[in-house]
Amino acid sequence: MSKSSLKQTLKDLDTKKISIRELNQDYLKRIKENENLNVFIHFSEENVLKQIDNLENDNSAKKLKGIPIAIKDLFCTKSMPTTAASKILENFNPTYESFVTQKLLDEGSIFVGKTNLDEFAMGSATNTSFFGNTINPLSKENEPLAPGGSSGGSAAAVAADLCLGATGTDTGGSIRQPASFCGVVGIKPTYGLCSRWGIAAFASSLDQAGIFSHNVEDASILLQSIAGFDQRDSTSAKVDIPNYFENLDDDLNGKTVGIPKEYSIDGTPMEISQIWEDAIKVLEKKGVKIKNISLPHTKYALPTYYIIAPAEASSNLARYDGVKYGFRSEEIDSLDEMYENTRAQGFGREVKRRILIGTYVLSAGYYDAYYLKAQKVRKLIADDFNKAFKECDFIVTPTAPSAAFPLNEKQNDPIKMYLNDVFTVPASLAGLPGISIPFGKNKNNLPLGIQILGKHFDEQQVFNTAVSLERSYE
Amino acid sequence: MKIDKNTINKIARLSRIKLDDKESEDYIKDLNSILDWVEQLNEVNTENVEPLSNISSSILPKREDVSNDTNSSEEILENAPDKLEGFFAVPKVVE
Repeated sequence: MSKSSLKQTLKDLDTKKISIRELNQDYLKRIKENENLNVFIHFSEENVLKQIDNLENDNSAKKLKGIPIAIKDLFCTKSMPTTAASKILENFNPTYESFVTQKLLDEGSIFVGKTNLDEFAMGSATNTSFFGNTINPLSKENEPLAPGGSSGGSAAAVAADLCLGATGTDTGGSIRQPASFCGVVGIKPTYGLCSRWGIAAFASSLDQAGIFSHNVEDASILLQSIAGFDQRDSTSAKVDIPNYFENLDDDLNGKTVGIPKEYSIDGTPMEISQIWEDAIKVLEKKGVKIKNISLPHTKYALPTYYIIAPAEASSNLARYDGVKYGFRSEEIDSLDEMYENTRAQGFGREVKRRILIGTYVLSAGYYDAYYLKAQKVRKLIADDFNKAFKECDFIVTPTAPSAAFPLNEKQNDPIKMYLNDVFTVPASLAGLPGISIPFGKNKNNLPLGIQILGKHFDEQQVFNTAVSLERSYE
Repeated sequence: MKIDKNTINKIARLSRIKLDDKESEDYIKDLNSILDWVEQLNEVNTENVEPLSNISSSILPKREDVSNDTNSSEEILENAPDKLEGFFAVPKVVE
């Protein structure tokens, strides 16, 4: 069966070609058939049926009425538990709804389940989850592949057609990299476009919600639905949200694309360089001017990120102490023992590693040498982009340095794992919008992704370029 | 070596995470390799560069200073592992 798009489904629902119940039963069937992929941390058929009942009795017009959406299990939801893929939040039932999921509920969408992720979104393969690996739906039998991460469950849910769209969060690449690995579209908007309220915090100066979908048009519809100002997030931006979908324009004639020379990295597989060149050629044919640009501090982005993100994580994750919610250790002879045992038993290895490194770089005597230094280099990285965007309208690069790798391949060496984010982290540090779209395949027929970066709050240009490349590739 | 046995114990204590000997050894190795790797930032001249702490390019809007009551203590306590008479309960602190 070919995957139907959100756009087409909305039309079919509108013209009564299909009912909300029929539509969702089709998705429920596929979800049950694909349980082996371990896409969902929480799935309840009963819950979905209840949502269908409610919508059938609701006569109001809603933009996404009846549309099945999967939610990364980092967003707090009243109707389903929220775990952040961590033992420490096992059995946590939020008493409030995140901003993003509330917006989707207001539009009438149906939540099919909560998707798997790396624990607290820390990872690039969805293999640090307390609830086990998610398997990339594109895997061949007996050769399970990683879906990427941290939003691997959401990317896999879209790839396996278990929903018409999914939410994700992206701190250093956690939407774009899994989108690339699973052959779907994934957009991380500008920092501040979507409120972070109700999302379990990892690194607050970087975390941003976004969307996975089958195609660019669908992403433009869904992003508009979750964007908007919210006074409960002090970094939420008060900007007008355009109708991205209505405004989509694939005519790029006269635009300028920036090609950063620092993204040609030694050791990048030939096939990745090849799709990058192919994308540039397509743009050139469409009348886009090619501008070679330089982002000189690119090579410092990863080490900068791996100071700032763990530092903020060590502070954010201090709240998990066994007092207010979630898991509490049984060994509690004293208050300190309770804290130390709860956190030792509740957090996984990668999360502990990042808390420890973050605590170290923030500790007395080391703050200036590490954290402050990293914030200064972050300024230089952001300035590089500001300068570059004076000469171009958008930037095109590969999304990830490889196609989906076998499950568990990169677990032993943390630095090797961190290199997955080499192309996505710089834009995260600068707070820029970025999308990954499938563009070509490698020799094993696995999808590869192209990343398009835009200016702050210029999601429209990012979508326009993406839809133009997508249409030329199909 | 930046992180030795004493340092890892101190950081673990600050983080309120109990580590056994095997874990301590693993983390000493991991943290040293990560810290050696981030050392390359020292190549960058950051004299007179302002640290970037907030990337948001929008101006923070003000809100009306009105009180609102969004959470009841009942809701707040709903997920508590242990509670007593409207409070979070923890092991005895004072002997």
